[in-house]
Amino acid sequence: MVNLFEILMNLKPETLRQIDEVITHYPVKRSAVLMLLHAIQEDVGYISQEAIEWIAQKLELQPINVYEVVTFYPMFRQKPIGRRHIKVCRTLSCALMGGYKTCETFEKEFNTHRGEVSPDGEVTIEFVECLASCGTAPVVMIDDDLHEKVDVAKAKQLSASLKQEAAQRR
Amino acid sequence: MAAPQQRRLIFKHIDEPGYTNDLACYQRHGGYEILKKAVRMPPPAIIDEVKKSGLRGRGGAGFPCGVKWGLVDRKSGKPIYLIVNADESEPGTFKDRYIIHQDPHQMIEGVMISCWANNVKQAYIYIRGEFPHGARILEKAIAEARAANLVGPNLLGTDYSCEIYVHRGAGAYICGEETGLIESLEGKRAYPRIKPPYFPAVLGLYQCPTIVNNVETLCHVKHIVDMGGDEYAKIGTPNNTGTRLLCVSGHVQKPGYYEYEVGKITLGELLNEVCGGPLPGRTFKAVIPGGSSAKILKFGETFTLKNKDGSTRTLTVEELPMDFDTLAAAGTMGGSGGVIVMDDSVNMVEALANINAFYAHESCGQCTPCREGSLWMKKITARMVHDTARADDGVLLKSVADQIAGRTICAFGEACSWPTQSFIAKFGDEFKSYPETKKVAKADGALELV
Repeated sequence: MVNLFEILMNLKPETLRQIDEVITHYPVKRSAVLMLLHAIQEDVGYISQEAIEWIAQKLELQPINVYEVVTFYPMFRQKPIGRRHIKVCRTLSCALMGGYKTCETFEKEFNTHRGEVSPDGEVTIEFVECLASCGTAPVVMIDDDLHEKVDVAKAKQLSASLKQEAAQRR
Repeated sequence: MAAPQQRRLIFKHIDEPGYTNDLACYQRHGGYEILKKAVRMPPPAIIDEVKKSGLRGRGGAGFPCGVKWGLVDRKSGKPIYLIVNADESEPGTFKDRYIIHQDPHQMIEGVMISCWANNVKQAYIYIRGEFPHGARILEKAIAEARAANLVGPNLLGTDYSCEIYVHRGAGAYICGEETGLIESLEGKRAYPRIKPPYFPAVLGLYQCPTIVNNVETLCHVKHIVDMGGDEYAKIGTPNNTGTRLLCVSGHVQKPGYYEYEVGKITLGELLNEVCGGPLPGRTFKAVIPGGSSAKILKFGETFTLKNKDGSTRTLTVEELPMDFDTLAAAGTMGGSGGVIVMDDSVNMVEALANINAFYAHESCGQCTPCREGSLWMKKITARMVHDTARADDGVLLKSVADQIAGRTICAFGEACSWPTQSFIAKFGDEFKSYPETKKVAKADGALELV
């Protein structure tokens, strides 16, 4: 049967395979909600209303059961973000070593504010809570990769390489 | 006096050149031999060894692991689940990260031994969402172990089968609380459950008996089975056995992770000798010894503690041994082993504002005192820093904190009020004088913490 939502979301075959596999990991289907949200967000970039309804159908739940999870967990987002996601740690150990200055540096470099998509659509900067690498503070995650001891100079360096990568792509 | 040597049990191979996180490397270093030994032992014998070892949970509460296992309802006829709490998210803690990324098989071996000991057929590793590489490494490691008959059906040729799956969290600190974690694993908001009746050992995942253990704790199980509970109990100090991973961050010359016998190193040795002391030109002002919710210690204060024979001893902050019991007697806790150091450049109002912002963000919102209280503590400290500060704000903050602790379903209520209570108790003057302090412009463009 052709599923309308699958067409709307245009999920990769790999994502669909991953989703079917992960559901088998639990005796109760509902347990798979977080893993399905991760899979779809990694594929599509964010969690749309369609995705919520599709997951609910897939796991035999009501859409509210999925929606309440999306709104509870900070990592799930309901809007697209920039091409690269820069997460700067805000919490104490990083703040003691200059995390706030690191975050401001990225904001200046990309002419944007935390929580917004930069005007060129390249990045979204987020000031997040503890990333559990306090000994190498301040730390930053760019997409899935952790960067350690990101002081102002290193933040500028990282920004430059992101900009260069963007320029090469254009 | 020189600081004692590290005793690397769990971190033996961390950062070792040439050591990789694949099965072949792990087995070259004797990996899974202890699991092979374990499956020749009757499960109750392993539980006895863990009880004898005195192992205490490394996640925060320091609850004896053997006792936890002993509480599991084994007569219900329901399956028993084991969940690895890899939701490392207490600010200041970064130990499990290195186990997961660099030595995942050590943890998996510990998990499988623990599953065998407790007749668990299904284990889940709940890993925090911010470790995407960690989750992939674990999945690969489990697949390798499964292919080698070290995980999965008919483990090592026995008729025992046990599967492990990786489950990813999504950025919520409260998932570190074990019943919140269970709710999250059931696909819901991580609202902690009320105890009684929802003790995980009886009514946990899917209302079945469930064991939730920290990553580091499960790694210790492997070493306990290796050396025997009695031998393990000789490491460390009485009632505070084994080694402990200590994570030091903040204002020291050499922050990082270290492994010591529990109670064999003092806070002073750790900070001054191992971590190289304060940054140039600075002096230590305060330290949080066990993750950001542990009560703060002020350099210069002393603690009069009771000895077993009834006499008393007086210890400075530097003289406190890093064990569970002495830190508790000093009014704080060993918690998760995350030591956060602050020097004299830090204004304590601003440091508390930073911590309060964390807890207000992370309160799950289920209990009114915590949801409202953590938010108001954040609002008050943020107002003090960014807007008008009043001399009696400290009193106000304390009154809010005092109305949270003890009035919530889970320990988050305490976790979010302890920082405020201890900061006000120890640095009350700084809060009182903050309105004046603010008027003086910061000469060195000091740190912004909130």
